[in-house]
Amino acid sequence: MSTELQEVVKEKEGLFSKKNRKLLTAPLDDDNPITVQVLGICSALAITVKLEPAIVMSLSVFFVLGVGNVVISLMRNAIPNRIRIIVQLVVVASLVILVDQVLKAFVYDVSKQLSVFVGLIITNCIIMGRFEAFALANNPWRSFLDGVGNAAGYAWILITVAFFRELLGSGQLFEIPIFGVATAGSETGLYTMGYVNNGLMLLPPMALITVGIIIWVQRARNRQLIEEN
Amino acid sequence: MDVNKNSYTFIFAIIMVVVVGLMLSAAAISLKPMQDENVKQEKMQDILSTIGFSKDDTPRSKAAEIFPDYVKEQIILDVNGNEVEGEAFKVDLAKEVKKSRDEQNWPLYIAEKEGATYYVIPLRGKGLWGPIWGYISLESDINTVYGASFDHKTETPGLGAEINKGFFQDQFIGKKIMKDGSFVSIAVVKSGASGMYEVDGISGGTITSVGVDNMLQECISFYMPYFAKLESGQMSMNAE
Repeated sequence: MSTELQEVVKEKEGLFSKKNRKLLTAPLDDDNPITVQVLGICSALAITVKLEPAIVMSLSVFFVLGVGNVVISLMRNAIPNRIRIIVQLVVVASLVILVDQVLKAFVYDVSKQLSVFVGLIITNCIIMGRFEAFALANNPWRSFLDGVGNAAGYAWILITVAFFRELLGSGQLFEIPIFGVATAGSETGLYTMGYVNNGLMLLPPMALITVGIIIWVQRARNRQLIEEN
Repeated sequence: MDVNKNSYTFIFAIIMVVVVGLMLSAAAISLKPMQDENVKQEKMQDILSTIGFSKDDTPRSKAAEIFPDYVKEQIILDVNGNEVEGEAFKVDLAKEVKKSRDEQNWPLYIAEKEGATYYVIPLRGKGLWGPIWGYISLESDINTVYGASFDHKTETPGLGAEINKGFFQDQFIGKKIMKDGSFVSIAVVKSGASGMYEVDGISGGTITSVGVDNMLQECISFYMPYFAKLESGQMSMNAE
């Protein structure tokens, strides 16, 4: 899948040449880390109950993947082959801890939101996957674009899933009631007509099913993705 | 240079570990004072929120400012209700709950607002995934709940994590903890709460709700010997 991306780049290529733009756009659809490569599923299931944490998680992945890819790419010729996975782990872990420490000191409320995700970011297979498959073989600029592209591909799936889970599961978006007040005895809006929030949407299996539906829609639209069999 | 030689691999690993270690410890040490200050302010904000200063209207920095104006006394108590020397605000409940009950020392915050006295009791217990904690304030009759605030580290968003939301915390206001002179705590039940001694749990967050139930029971009961002494003291004072 990514072999064509690993070709040696010619020196005089523009910063946003067609090939480089492809690095940004491919992960959004054809090469999406979640729906096509099926990576990072664990975090996609864990934190998509509400929109807000999903967005916070997406932003953190943007940062860690963008910066991490550049760091790995800068060191790519110096990293001993046999310990490259450990080096990648160290880079992700120290970036995440550093961000966490800074947030705790300066934006404490955001850091409280994030504390749950610190572990999830480190173990996010997308990050290790991009370090290993891309940053180790490409220059920093291309690695940066690849990181941002993949983070965007991850983010839009996460946010879409969270949108439907929060809307159908809690009847809210960003914790603002959409269909009216659901409190028993004092219902307003849709709830007066007998509408009930779907509690199943709050549970992890529904995240998997929602991701499944996205994959289905995507393959129905994009025939290239269907495996020959 | 051959980057795959054994010696190079070792040197690379050593340098990497040293550099990363220095970087992270430098960051941790230099940011520590600011982080501690944030934690302290948040604690003050939590305590004040149980005596009617909502977190929305009282940002952390303001909470730190007005805290001494309202919280007049901070004491540490042992299991028999005797006061112990020390700085109540610095008692680390995470460490205390690991000790046996006889050795535990718990802080009590005595607040005054508009002439009325409130006893703010810290709480700490176990949720589904990690610790949960909070504060509950009692009116001067040592029976009626004036306010409650809960928080958690890693409860499930949308389920157990809802314990830090207003709709859950506000249920406690006006509830009673004593029945016919003995301590009964407030039960967190599976919907359909009725009477003065029950509140509704969170559907889908049963284990966290049970955690809150146990936490209230265990933590408030620790203060009962002290409150008993306080009441008999007050009575003898009235008799004079």
